[in-house]
Amino acid sequence: MGIDLPLLWAIIIGFGLMMYVIMDGFDLGIGILFPFVTARADRDTMVNTVAPVWDGNETWLVLGGAALMAAFPLAYAVILSALYLPLAAMLAGLIWRGVAFEFRFKADEAHKWFWDQAFAWGSYIAAFSQGVALGAFIDGFKVTGGAYDGGALDWLTPFSLFTGAGLVIAYALLGATWLVMKTDGALQRRMRALARPVTLVLLVVIAIVSLWTPLTHPQVASRWFSFPEIVLFAPVPVLVGLSTIGLVVALGRDTHAAPFVLALLLLFLGYSGLAISLWPHIIPPAISIWDAAAPPQSMGFTLVGALFIIPFILVYTAWSYYVFRGKVTAGEGYH
Amino acid sequence: MFGLTALELARIQFGFTVSFHIIFPAITIGLASYLAVLEGLWLWKEDAVYRDLYRFWSTIFAVNFAMGVVSGLVMAYQFGTNWSYFSSFAGSVTGPLLAYEVLTAFFLEAGFLGVMLFGWNKVGPGLHFFATLMVAAGTLISATWILASNSWMQTPQGFEVIGGRVVPVDWLKVIFNPSFPYRLAHMTVAAYLATALFVGASGAWHLLRGRATPAVRTMLSMAMWMTVVVAPLQVAIGDAHGLNTLAHQPAKIAALEGHWQNTPGESVPLILFGWPDMAAETTRYAVAIPDLGSLILTHRWGGQIPGLKEFAPDDRPNATILFWSFRAMVGLGVLMVLLGVWGLWLRWRGALYDTPLFLWFATLMGPAGLAAILAGWLTTEIGRQPWVVYGVMRTRDAVSNHSALALSATLALFIVMYFIVFGTGISYMLKLVARGPAHDDHAADDKGRPARPLSAAPDAVELTSGGE
Repeated sequence: MGIDLPLLWAIIIGFGLMMYVIMDGFDLGIGILFPFVTARADRDTMVNTVAPVWDGNETWLVLGGAALMAAFPLAYAVILSALYLPLAAMLAGLIWRGVAFEFRFKADEAHKWFWDQAFAWGSYIAAFSQGVALGAFIDGFKVTGGAYDGGALDWLTPFSLFTGAGLVIAYALLGATWLVMKTDGALQRRMRALARPVTLVLLVVIAIVSLWTPLTHPQVASRWFSFPEIVLFAPVPVLVGLSTIGLVVALGRDTHAAPFVLALLLLFLGYSGLAISLWPHIIPPAISIWDAAAPPQSMGFTLVGALFIIPFILVYTAWSYYVFRGKVTAGEGYH
Repeated sequence: MFGLTALELARIQFGFTVSFHIIFPAITIGLASYLAVLEGLWLWKEDAVYRDLYRFWSTIFAVNFAMGVVSGLVMAYQFGTNWSYFSSFAGSVTGPLLAYEVLTAFFLEAGFLGVMLFGWNKVGPGLHFFATLMVAAGTLISATWILASNSWMQTPQGFEVIGGRVVPVDWLKVIFNPSFPYRLAHMTVAAYLATALFVGASGAWHLLRGRATPAVRTMLSMAMWMTVVVAPLQVAIGDAHGLNTLAHQPAKIAALEGHWQNTPGESVPLILFGWPDMAAETTRYAVAIPDLGSLILTHRWGGQIPGLKEFAPDDRPNATILFWSFRAMVGLGVLMVLLGVWGLWLRWRGALYDTPLFLWFATLMGPAGLAAILAGWLTTEIGRQPWVVYGVMRTRDAVSNHSALALSATLALFIVMYFIVFGTGISYMLKLVARGPAHDDHAADDKGRPARPLSAAPDAVELTSGGE
């Protein structure tokens, strides 16, 4: 068979994870923005903008895990056991914030504040742990004889803590621009004002990660700074600069959807940058997608379903977003 | 922690998280189908009772669903974090099955759940009903894939082990492995039964409190019809499942019957009570009925089943636990049949809604279905030991290399968190149940369609100031 199954699966998983980062990114961002918005009605509006869709957003994370196990079982085994503690923290965060969607509306008056806290803290912990996991992934894993061979705390480095904080900032930007699109009035003005400094901080974060990664990872440096790659990949940093400028400009005007679209573009560029840095390794620094691939019988069987079903998923997910289109105003509780 | 090994801690962690998890999908499966039936009846008969019941149960469904999603997320990652050798060995089979579950079921549920719960005013009644149907279908598709995966671990086939890992060679054989049809039927029916008992208990409780509204009566009536049909059906499915297990995992059956050895020419008694002693290889204090074991397990007098002594000590599951978890499940099942038959008898006599003793019994049986599901899963999973993939990979070879310290820390985290989070969630569900279905004449506009069903009633679950 001429089909490069591992390549196709790497693209599908890459796509799934990007969908997750973008979609759960803005609803985690809403939790991250909670400390900056204290009025109960505003918080209800914020949560109501994502209440009908958050569950679908999170499903992309489950797809990422399941598809990784199906197509690259070795990577699933090694990466997940290496990242046991940060992933346990991520799951804990997602549990608190996930149930808070329902519980903060169902709780007695006296307990509502508790579930607001759970929603915010859960979002921070989940986003930060994901960023830490990302940093540790870039740093790579020690593998011996087909199994993870490092310590329980190998993931804990200054770099991974920095990427953890960086992802919190990135999600905050997605959340703020999402709310610019989905709300109006004072809450929208507040988000517009918040999004600007967050954009600039994120630009600094991207710049630092872009320097730190090649400085400490020679493989990454040679990927970016050798000829002709340096010319081929030059559009990425250029576009990052342009979309940042566009974002700041858009936030200063009476725009609604534009900031969110530009924030998505910025995230997409950052994501592509990482993919360029790490390609074709699925367990950095040395194990490629072809080394870690499942038997072709597993990849082929699942591929048929994935290629057939994912378009339907995209259609009805889009339909669900379409049903809940437009501004969400205060008091228009779905609950 | 408490002198437990890393393997034991990892098993406790999996058992604890999956036991909490299974409660929610079981109710999700049952309630989703129940809601689809209610909405269908409402659209068909335009009787407000069905609308009120839909509204009532859909808020409870929403809380339950959220807990199912987040507790399920843990499961999807735990195979990799805690059972990495299992994943790298058999992920080529369980991974694709899980991926299909996500693709065909989770997205379907999640995609239509928003419209189902929040979309009343956004889409027409037909489309809304379609969304409910899609959610209900998603729950059943999900059960199908995950039970195919679990059943393959119990009765694996359709694969070869090449180069130290599983290579699937025939996917139809993998999916339709010998125990899959039985396990799928047993679990799906268990979910319906558990939900019927839960709904029935809610109705019975409200009747005991003197709230004999049409919605409450309908709720009890529907639940009791379901129970009387499904509980005996479950007994028949369970019997067939047991025979299938005897054919493929005889050590499990020997353990759960506390049956150690055969005497040539003698039938197998049914041990009602006793204490299987693994070290002494005998069942102490056995109270047995002669011949009945043969009759139940082989469907003929004098038939024999393998005794546990025929298996090497290293290959035996723990009979002490299995003996009792199995009896707990069966005992609860007998009570469910009794409840269903009693309900039918009272209905015939016209006394279904006002027989206090029966209503108390129905109320107490509310959690019985979930308890039986847990007992049944403990039986089948502990009965698979010492294997993770039966006869192919031992559990001790499947576990990740984490230290007991790391496992203890995360286990403590999960235990504390699960009791707070899910304990609170379950208490909210029960408070919502206690508030009862509301009837609101103003909720329907001139087309007979609800204006704002889910925002008509306040959300806060305070019993005294619920605002009805």
